[in-house]
Amino acid sequence: MITMENVTKTFGDHTVLQDIQLHVPQSNVFAVIGPSGAGKSTLIRTLNALEPIDSGQITINGSDIHNPKININEARSKIGFVFQSFNLYPFLTALENVTLAPIKVKKMAQADAEKRGKELLDSLGLGDKYDAYPNKLSGGQQQRVAIARALAMDPDVMLFDEPTSALDPEMVTEVLDAIRKLAIAGMTMVVVTHEMNFAKEICDEIVFMADGKIVEVAPPEQFFSAPKSERAQAFLSKVLHH
Amino acid sequence: MNSYQYDWSVITNNMDVFIDGALKTLEISALALLFSIPIGIIIGLGRISRNKFLQVISTIYIELMRGIPLLVLLIWIFFVLGRFLNLGAYWSAIIGLALFSAAFIAEIVRAGVQAVPKGQMEAARSAGMTHVQAMRYVVLPQAFRKVLPPLASQFIILIKDSSLVSVVSATDLTLNAKNLVATTFRGLEIWTFVALIYLVMTLTLSLVIRTLEKRWLSREN
Repeated sequence: MITMENVTKTFGDHTVLQDIQLHVPQSNVFAVIGPSGAGKSTLIRTLNALEPIDSGQITINGSDIHNPKININEARSKIGFVFQSFNLYPFLTALENVTLAPIKVKKMAQADAEKRGKELLDSLGLGDKYDAYPNKLSGGQQQRVAIARALAMDPDVMLFDEPTSALDPEMVTEVLDAIRKLAIAGMTMVVVTHEMNFAKEICDEIVFMADGKIVEVAPPEQFFSAPKSERAQAFLSKVLHH
Repeated sequence: MNSYQYDWSVITNNMDVFIDGALKTLEISALALLFSIPIGIIIGLGRISRNKFLQVISTIYIELMRGIPLLVLLIWIFFVLGRFLNLGAYWSAIIGLALFSAAFIAEIVRAGVQAVPKGQMEAARSAGMTHVQAMRYVVLPQAFRKVLPPLASQFIILIKDSSLVSVVSATDLTLNAKNLVATTFRGLEIWTFVALIYLVMTLTLSLVIRTLEKRWLSREN
């Protein structure tokens, strides 16, 4: 479903991604964790080519994402991306945020896009927020609108770049619940996160990164109880002990 | 000068001349504005394009237009381009004003686009929009909201600058006033009244833009 082969990326003489190999099967949820500066955000941003790579290959549902010959816009329209800072369009209402891309990219009729948009907002507990502008919404609500916006394109995979890091603590749960529902529905997902309990609970595999490398990939129960690498042990002792 | 006797009847008696001129000024300004906006957007986007060639062309255009006095530009367009293309005073004036104003609008557009957070373009592109779609539907609407105040100033300057078109004998408020002064010798009264008419036009424009701005601000902030 998602395959990264020998992916390498450098900024100047700093290697941000080094020889990354990863395979995410259909309907699996992978959490990417690790210390800051490990390259987690860069990694997830290369998956929809928001970030270019120097070498290697990334394939999502058969699309060779970094091949200049493919239609990247078409490929991206099937890859949902949720940002840490939401990036909602501030001049559009919640519903307009959700319907813009379906109307402009998929050429959906406005009425159909609105019907689908309302269904999505309803399912995310935002049924009374159709006409609200982003600045009138809490961080948790904004992030749920952003999830609805990504889902409105009917993506094959969903990518989350630290979706709860910019949120007040009391709003983290509502966003994680939304992601959990998607996991149960069988969505293929990669989530960069610092929420260890969430990762433990819903993810099929934990991808532990440090210094631009994938150090360890393991199922959560194994990773959290008996991490193999020293880097992961050191990381976990820091994040789990308080 | 103490002995100058004001006679305002020159205004009331020639109201049709002023109204005629004011309408021409509005017409020329509005058309120049209409053309300068798309040109300004294209040049402004060219200025920040990743394409080096477009960047250089746009920069040269902006520097050239900003560096040349409007008066000279109008004369050039009227006597050189205008003769060549058979434009006439009216269209020479509109084209000159539009090209001149576009350079300033381009710089405003550039500043506005650069003020929109990078995440907006990324969000639009990640949903599958092309660069052009993302610009048009996501970035530019926000850029315009950000630069409305300097844009309003530019529009007001355009209306006032349009008084220069009289040098190429394009009929406008200023030319009509000039002609009236020549026959009545009532310069003080006439120019004061002309200033008042320009003020009414620019204040109205100011008000319209401020209302627009307020509506956006109250809704989205």
